[in-house]
Amino acid sequence: MTKLEAVIQPSKFEAVKDALLEIGVEGMTVTEVRGHGRQKGHTEFYRGREYTVDVLPKVKIETVLPDRLVDSAIQAITNAARTGKIGDGKIFLSRIDEAIRIRNDERGETAL
Amino acid sequence: MRLVRKFLPLLLLFVSIGSLAAQTPSAPADPAAQIAQLQQQVADAKGSADNAWMLASSALVLMMTGPGLALFYGGLVRKKNVLGTMMQSFAMMALITVLWAIVVYSLCFGAGNSFIGGIGHAFLRGVGAPPDPDYSGTIPQQTFMIYQLMFAIITPALISGAFAERMKFSAMLLFMGLWSLLVYSPMAHMVWGKGGLLNASLGGRFPTLDFAGGTVVHITSGVSALICATYLGRRLGYPKEPMMPHSVVLSFIGACLLWVGWFGFNAGSALSAGALATSAFVATHFAAATAAIGWAGAEWIRNGKPSALGAISGCVAGLVAITPASGFVGPMPALLIGLVAGVGCYLMVAKVKAALGYDDSLDAFGVHGAGGTIGALLTGVFATKLVNPIFKDAQGNALASGMIDGNYHQILNQAVGVLIAIVLAVVGTYVILKIVDFTIGVRVTAEHEVQGLDLTQHGEEGYYWEASLP
Repeated sequence: MTKLEAVIQPSKFEAVKDALLEIGVEGMTVTEVRGHGRQKGHTEFYRGREYTVDVLPKVKIETVLPDRLVDSAIQAITNAARTGKIGDGKIFLSRIDEAIRIRNDERGETAL
Repeated sequence: MRLVRKFLPLLLLFVSIGSLAAQTPSAPADPAAQIAQLQQQVADAKGSADNAWMLASSALVLMMTGPGLALFYGGLVRKKNVLGTMMQSFAMMALITVLWAIVVYSLCFGAGNSFIGGIGHAFLRGVGAPPDPDYSGTIPQQTFMIYQLMFAIITPALISGAFAERMKFSAMLLFMGLWSLLVYSPMAHMVWGKGGLLNASLGGRFPTLDFAGGTVVHITSGVSALICATYLGRRLGYPKEPMMPHSVVLSFIGACLLWVGWFGFNAGSALSAGALATSAFVATHFAAATAAIGWAGAEWIRNGKPSALGAISGCVAGLVAITPASGFVGPMPALLIGLVAGVGCYLMVAKVKAALGYDDSLDAFGVHGAGGTIGALLTGVFATKLVNPIFKDAQGNALASGMIDGNYHQILNQAVGVLIAIVLAVVGTYVILKIVDFTIGVRVTAEHEVQGLDLTQHGEEGYYWEASLP
């Protein structure tokens, strides 16, 4: 099982979520985060002073997938979220040791 | 029962005619007595109109503090300090009320000397339904008292903008109590109290035209704010760390409430419901408008974009500046006063503050101190007897008010009033800060400042919006 974390632009969230559901992803956890990669922030003025806001709003989607779905998930996310500009985001993959369904103690891929 | 229902309309008719007849006292036979009675009824009617407006104005001015100022300041601070900041305004509504009732009204408006009133009205003795003709002949003195209380409440609350996010709640309460006794009372007495040194309507030695409190409210609080800001020192992390308003939305709502409430502040200072109140109302509104344009326009030119915060700050600056002038100047000068204040206060806040480096967190000095000074001096320029014949000769003829009437001397009197306000605020505030700091300490610890006032001073959080908490 693989955990997939995608940090994307908030405006792309709906499209990415729909794309994932379409390829058979059954669960995800979504959080609103702030961050940046190479994307510069923007400047704001407060009382005549200029401030650089460099941590920008993003959306993080976490989902644990059976290995067979990982490639199509990556494809789905990049197609839905890509604009070609800096700030599109990143996807990280990591191994998951175990998954357990709280409701009925199911383990492994059936718990996903 | 059926009989009653049948005759009910007729019964009601008789009852209403009867009660109407009962209300109208029977006219005395003697014509002179009749006229006297009619005159009394006219006076009562006029008094009712004045009293209605004054009670409404009192409510409007209280609204300026809560929630007006509470929201305006509350939105400008960081989230962890929102309740602490709002409490600083709200506490005044409670604390100053009690002090006022006990002795502060008397110190402000009781008969005393040129600098302070006496304790003749302590515990509001003698303050009842009969008017005090020195102040207003048509409204109960109790109305005058409650109206003035609302001013005494908002004035110290304004100072809290300077020490936002770092003053101990207990220290603030002690400070404000002493401030209302040692700074507000003398200033209010000098400008508005009978026998006051600066009182323009009651023959003060240096008649300062201050219709609704440019010197009494804004300069004193604004200058005190500067002293507090420098005494307490900068917030941790200022100015490197950005400390953005956590909710300009709240500030926006607060500012609009201030604008509307200010009609009570300025037009109510006419102490009557006639043409002077209207004139002050109009001047107030006009100044707010051009000041908002001035500040926002200055930002547009300097930063490329007019901010919402700038626009609302501008309108407050204009309202501050027009406060002393409102019942003395015409509508066109009001437009100009507003514009000057909007641009002037913007420069104070955006350039001067940054250059001098003090942390007047919410710009109490930049807006109230500077705006009040601008307004007080321009009052000397634009005051006209055509709006308000405040100066009269022995025969009762109106004399020139300000520069545009030909009285070039008035602006000097205004300067005297401004100077006295500044000196009183500086000295008084410094002394009080020393006392409070020596006894209980004014500033929160660094650790508490980082945690925030809401948690450390009040044991609360302003918003429980995390999804994880029930």
